[in-house]
Amino acid sequence: MKELKVQPIKNGTVIDHITPGAALKVLKILDIPEQERDSIVSVVMHVEGKTGKKDIVKIENRELRAEEVDKIALIAPDATINIIRNYEVAEKHRVGIPDEIVGIVTCGNPNCISNAREPVTPRFVVKQRKPLRIQCAYCERELKDISAGLL
Amino acid sequence: MTFVGRDIVSIKDLSKEEILHVLDRAEDMVPAARGTEQNTLMQGKIMASLFFEPSTRTRLSFETAMKRLGGGVVGFAQPDATSLKKGETLADTIRTAEQYCDIIAMRHPQEGSARLAAEFAQVPVINGGDGAGHHPTQCLLDLFTIRKEKGSISDNRVALIGDLKYGRTVHSLAYALSLFQADIVFIAPQQLQMPSEVVEECQEMGARISFETQLETVIDDLDVLYVTRIQKERFPDPEEYNKVVGIYKVDLPLLEMAKEDVIVMHPLPRVYEIDSQVDGRPQAAYFRQAFNGVPVRMALISLVLGGIK
Ligand SMILES: Nc1ncnc2c1ncn2[C@@H]1O[C@H](COP(=O)(O)OP(=O)(O)OP(=O)(O)O)[C@@H](O)[C@H]1O
Ligand SMILES: [Mg+2]
Ligand SMILES: [Zn+2]
Repeated sequence: MKELKVQPIKNGTVIDHITPGAALKVLKILDIPEQERDSIVSVVMHVEGKTGKKDIVKIENRELRAEEVDKIALIAPDATINIIRNYEVAEKHRVGIPDEIVGIVTCGNPNCISNAREPVTPRFVVKQRKPLRIQCAYCERELKDISAGLL
Repeated sequence: MTFVGRDIVSIKDLSKEEILHVLDRAEDMVPAARGTEQNTLMQGKIMASLFFEPSTRTRLSFETAMKRLGGGVVGFAQPDATSLKKGETLADTIRTAEQYCDIIAMRHPQEGSARLAAEFAQVPVINGGDGAGHHPTQCLLDLFTIRKEKGSISDNRVALIGDLKYGRTVHSLAYALSLFQADIVFIAPQQLQMPSEVVEECQEMGARISFETQLETVIDDLDVLYVTRIQKERFPDPEEYNKVVGIYKVDLPLLEMAKEDVIVMHPLPRVYEIDSQVDGRPQAAYFRQAFNGVPVRMALISLVLGGIK
């Protein structure tokens, strides 16, 4: 049997290969503490994996859909989503950068209207995936420092 | 190709064919723009002219355009006059203003404001400048001027001169000229040269691009001089500023060195960069260019509101 870094769960989702240190941001982006009040959620950080350190998040009794999880690709591009059914990995997906990134990062341009007191959610268009380049849908500036723009 | 109901936020919202179509329709509007013909295409329609930042040419020519089409204009020229002062959001101002009009022409000091307004408004929004962002009608009237004065857009060597780094009009113009495969020379002091993103985009589109720091070295080979204002604030050292202003000044001795049929354009207002002695010369196209803002905006308003095809 495989060695499990986290307690085995019967059903749920394991987000694996999260960039080390990014697990809490992942939870925040997915709004897990709010959305999954009835699920047991465990977080393991800085686990030694086959290819270096990583973080892992485990959510019991909830199967996250790939599109919802794609949002985290911005901060954890190597993450995998494992759907666990009856203790086994039933499905595995890699996160993919969506075409549009909505409500995760704010624009770095202080004179951008999306940073003013307006009823809009910051939105970015993905111009290039590797390396990731995103452009504000309002002022069209490229966001140079993505992690600094995280909401 | 249909323009009905569309927002015009950036020149990139229009294809090359669409740009040419606007220029053709603008040509038809010239007599009415001068007032030598009557036009009632927009009779019964109202344009809201929302200027959250002062402007002379853009606002006046938008309003003149609508009036020359027989339409009405409401709006403001200063943000102080509006409830923005009381803290109203742009989104709310737009959703209110559109209750009273068929089309919105706006200028706002923040980048992305026109895009935001277009998202909230049901009526079409035409961007008259959003901070350091876009100014598509300026770009269209610049293209219109070049074509009208020189017969075509593509067969020219066009120099963009002055502040190419911060000037919003030159970025859009460089893009648009590249659509037409023009030959473009960027003439600016090192610290005010065209941003590399813009240059790369132009090159990818197939434009022939070159760079100069002196105007005199290439003057004899240019068909269009597009002069822009260099702002004093860009220079920490006033002496440095004075030097630069001198280098890029267009005056009679410089015109002597140029092709006889060169044209001098400027988005205006100009300060020192074009000597007033040039004004009387046939090469001085800048006031004709300012006039061209009227037929171009007439065409755009009529297209977007379905008055013409
Ligand atoms: N029943 C379970 N309960 C909790 N975690 C599990 C369960 N089954 C697998 N996992 C965890 O889910 C992740 C993926 O499991 P898998 O068996 O596919 O590992 P793997 O072969 O190393 O996959 P990968 O190539 O994605 O790293 C691992 O972190 C594993 O520890
Ligand atoms: Mg593994
Ligand atoms: Zn922005």
